[in-house]
Amino acid sequence: MGEANSFIQAVPLEYFIILSSVLFCMGVLGVLIRKNAIIILGCVELMLNSVNLLLAAFSSYKGDGNGQILVFFIMVVAAAEVAVGLAIIAMLYRNTKSVDISIFNKLRG
Amino acid sequence: MEQIIFFFVAALALISGFYFVFAKNAMYAILSLIITFFSIAALYILLNAQFLGIVQIIVYAGAIMVLFLYILMMLNLNKEDESKKHNLPKFIGVFSAGLLLVGILGAFKGLNQKTYAVDIDSSVGLTKNLGKLLFNEYVLPFELASILILAGIVGAVLIGKKDL
Repeated sequence: MGEANSFIQAVPLEYFIILSSVLFCMGVLGVLIRKNAIIILGCVELMLNSVNLLLAAFSSYKGDGNGQILVFFIMVVAAAEVAVGLAIIAMLYRNTKSVDISIFNKLRG
Repeated sequence: MEQIIFFFVAALALISGFYFVFAKNAMYAILSLIITFFSIAALYILLNAQFLGIVQIIVYAGAIMVLFLYILMMLNLNKEDESKKHNLPKFIGVFSAGLLLVGILGAFKGLNQKTYAVDIDSSVGLTKNLGKLLFNEYVLPFELASILILAGIVGAVLIGKKDL
């Protein structure tokens, strides 16, 4: 326990903020430039994970457990979201034989 | 020493995330995303949040990524490359994501950086303490989360049915 405490004292919180900002922007970049629907879903997962990391870092540096409970609930919602999203992608693939999102513009009203 | 470990794990997460975004082959992309999730789990454990580290490994690196790989293998995508002739949308995407990063970091620089207390209670992320918190204050959201998972399972089965 003392070792991890020294980790918290040795690494400033700013490093975690910068790391999660870069990871979040990487996920945004993937959503913007990729065409594969599965990769786009994975990029959304990357964004959720960067926010989870930031929340856990704040929770640990403040000594408050409520943030980590919130991270746990975000993980639960992400798991449900992935199950439904991958089912939708599988159904789209069955109908169009592709997961390229540029041919899904038939969905626009 | 701790900073070296942090920089190593952070570099691992960033490099594999970068490869995930830019890899042509979807299978290798998902595999490098798994490395990113493992390094985030390592950061949780370094932050003394053991419960979150274990849950990250079990749920993300275990369950969700196996689901991704399973769907990717089931769909059997023939490797037609993404269209190379449209470079302008990619350039616009890189530009706007970089602009977002600069905006976030700039907003962060304007913050007054206060130091945190030295004597932090570092046992807050242990499973025992989080369990006490979860089953006392957060027991209603916990049960609602189980209903959400059930609804998600039923919805996925209904969407995935062949003749609906």
